[in-house]
Amino acid sequence: MSLHLQNIAHTVGGVPYISDVDLALEPGSFNVLLGRTLAGKTTLMRLMAGLEPPTQGRILMDGKDVTGVPVRHRNVSMVYQQFINYPSLTVYDNIASPLKLAKQPKSEINKRVGEIAEMLHIEHLLDRYPLELSGGQQQRTAMGRALVKDADVILFDEPLVNLDYKLREELRDELRDLFKVRNCIAVYATTEPNEALALGGNTAILHEGKLLQYGPTDQIYRQPNGILSAEMFSEPPINIVPGRLTDNDITFDNDTHFTCDDALRKLPPGDYQFGVRASHLSLTPQAADDLELPVTVDVAEISGSETFLHARHAHFPLVLHLLGIHELKVNQPIKVYFPIHKLFVFDQQGHIVHTPLAQTEGAAHG
Amino acid sequence: MSYQLENTQQGEKYNTIFSRTTPAQRRKRNARTKLRSRLLLGVYLLLMILPIYWLLNMSLQTNSEILGSMTMWPENLTFDNYIGIFTDSSWYMGYVNSIAYVLMNMLITICVALPAAYAFSRYSFIGDKHLFFWLLTNLMAPPAVFLLPYFQLYYSVGLFDTHIAVALAHCLFNIPLAIWILEGFMSSVPKEIDETAYIDGYSFPRFFIKIFIPMIRSGIGVTLFFLFMFSWVELLLARTLTATEAQPIGMIMTRTSTASGIDWGTLAAAGVLTILPGILVVYFVRNHIAKGFALGRT
Repeated sequence: MSLHLQNIAHTVGGVPYISDVDLALEPGSFNVLLGRTLAGKTTLMRLMAGLEPPTQGRILMDGKDVTGVPVRHRNVSMVYQQFINYPSLTVYDNIASPLKLAKQPKSEINKRVGEIAEMLHIEHLLDRYPLELSGGQQQRTAMGRALVKDADVILFDEPLVNLDYKLREELRDELRDLFKVRNCIAVYATTEPNEALALGGNTAILHEGKLLQYGPTDQIYRQPNGILSAEMFSEPPINIVPGRLTDNDITFDNDTHFTCDDALRKLPPGDYQFGVRASHLSLTPQAADDLELPVTVDVAEISGSETFLHARHAHFPLVLHLLGIHELKVNQPIKVYFPIHKLFVFDQQGHIVHTPLAQTEGAAHG
Repeated sequence: MSYQLENTQQGEKYNTIFSRTTPAQRRKRNARTKLRSRLLLGVYLLLMILPIYWLLNMSLQTNSEILGSMTMWPENLTFDNYIGIFTDSSWYMGYVNSIAYVLMNMLITICVALPAAYAFSRYSFIGDKHLFFWLLTNLMAPPAVFLLPYFQLYYSVGLFDTHIAVALAHCLFNIPLAIWILEGFMSSVPKEIDETAYIDGYSFPRFFIKIFIPMIRSGIGVTLFFLFMFSWVELLLARTLTATEAQPIGMIMTRTSTASGIDWGTLAAAGVLTILPGILVVYFVRNHIAKGFALGRT
């Protein structure tokens, strides 16, 4: 079962929610929709599910046009951000309801519900009502209902947002395992880049209703196709530094010139925007060709054993993600080091023109 | 702060620091306040219940005792008034008629109002807000305005003096009311539940009956209570649209006033029996009634 969205556009009351999205999801793939709030993740999912017909474009399932097919006649399931269960039914009946409606034999229903409940660790709660359960258990019930039928497409609309972080990690791992054995398309919406990285699979980056990039998650992380993708896909966000490239050197303030490495030398001279990940910046030189920049400290946020250092250069702000605790005073002048071979280069329109080579790095998730 | 910690040791300490009254004085004052509020409530309750008590009192007395002297309780306890009502078909048929049209009205109204309220709560269509408000304005018009047209209409189509005539006439104010209350309850159910049900494969009717109605159970209960209440006490339309076959109890009660004087005892007994169904219904919805008065919006 494959799902193909062809040039989908959706407007509600004249406001474009989705514009010109073309997305082909492979059978058996795990797909993450990554985007901020109002990026159109939920709308896109509702279109995939068939809860609303798109204003424009076609939706193909296995090559068949299902654009106008109502949700009842599509084989999909969905889990919402809120915990949605039928309060008047027990957990067992909640999970069993899609099977009952599909007129499955009773023994089969019993077996399947038992399996799913065990997988989600709610087998001891089957006689209870959803409102008697904790948030995590309610959401597991909702997931159980979504997973119990053999849906072709399973949609998760930020299902873990309303849970505490420990539970979130736990459920996320379980979810990932659940899908390894299934041959269905899973779509998972999230606002958190770290969640996308943890889930793996493919990622589609949405921004203001437009699809920015789609591909394997780690590839998107390593090779963003523009500033927006790069910004969306890192936490803390990637530093974007305006600069100028001449034949042999690179400068950020027209005063200090650094020598280019071979890769940058291939680019035509001109004004560019350079992207550098917060975790790639350091307070001590890591390599001989690191660029040294004088900055002043704005604030150093210490979270556990990491430090997020906000600093200010004469022309741009910088964020550094440092390991260990670095207590620095406000307005203290320091020097930070750029690894020149880890620079992303974007043109003035924000398109990528140079991607650093795949790095073998320890702290990639920055 | 002081009253929150009142009974703890710390509270006593704070109280002595921050106020000049000693704990003993404070306790005494609190007791006094409590007593005063109880007294006030007691007086209020007494005033409220007095007419009802008097009605009950009268219903258990003979006419001569009622007219003869003012007695606080029946000196010659008699159930003759009640027995009279329950043995005379022209009396008890009044109750049967009233209950019949009230139940009919409740059934019609809830059947019409449930889908209407669902539409108002879930869909937006042209003029939905205006239509919704227009429904409320139906409650503002006095029923007397509609009296003549109803009478004329029902008479000409042969509905006059039937239970259904009164039941339909009462829909005039009961349907808008029911839609208003139910819409509030329905809107508090997240729309995602509907969608989840469709995703699971429910058809609309099945979802509505199996999932949705159980979710707004208390709302329906409260609505039925209000429908009962308004239809039960309405007399003007009920009286005018009936003659003999479907006469409401309120109308029959006027028969107690005859040329030979008023039959106070029977009148009082009939009054008591008229209050009883209301009390019964209130008892069943007592926990949800405040939400109902807020039209389901809490």
